[in-house]
Amino acid sequence: MIKIVETVFDPFFEIQDFQTQLALNGKFGATSIFIGTMRDFNEGDEVQAMTLEHYEGMTQKQLEKIMAIAKEKWAILDALIVHRIGDILPSEPIMLISIWSAHRADAFDACRYMMEELKSSAPFWKRETLISNQTRWVLKNTGGKN
Amino acid sequence: MITITLRYFASLREQIGRSQETLTLADTLTVLEVWQHVHQSPLPDNTLIAVNMEYVAKSHSVCDGDEVAFFPPVTGG
Repeated sequence: MIKIVETVFDPFFEIQDFQTQLALNGKFGATSIFIGTMRDFNEGDEVQAMTLEHYEGMTQKQLEKIMAIAKEKWAILDALIVHRIGDILPSEPIMLISIWSAHRADAFDACRYMMEELKSSAPFWKRETLISNQTRWVLKNTGGKN
Repeated sequence: MITITLRYFASLREQIGRSQETLTLADTLTVLEVWQHVHQSPLPDNTLIAVNMEYVAKSHSVCDGDEVAFFPPVTGG
């Protein structure tokens, strides 16, 4: 399932809520979770807020493609992506990826793959508001090894 | 004649000063030629291009009714 949400969400509630709807009790032995949270600093500056813009329609399409490829490459039972758009404050979650599989390797590897693909191909853009009230677009994502 | 919709996002939208426009062409062009047809400045090096919400190369040719989007590197997640 893919959810693009405009208001603050609780990633732990989303995981629990999705998991209770899965008809997979007894089938999954591993759940891998990545949660991205907004920091109050970036590139050496204090950040007070952020706005996330996206390309409606293409975002969903790209995320569906990423999820479909992950399901082909790994033995995933199900997957959940939740991503914020709109105005975000420090400490609020930006995104969640959760993967359910029988064994941990599939869950870990698929989660990492989906995260890196989302970072490089899903059409979202961050604009930061610094503590000085200056605004700036984030120019690029950091590499996954950072 | 073919008619296409151009869309711009994020910093590129702000630089251009509009988010969307419609273009009618006498013949098909590549997406790079579409940019050159509309804009005085060269396509910024790192610009990503999508046609009908799928990534394409600069050499991709447009068709009637296409939605062509130009945008900077993505920064979600």
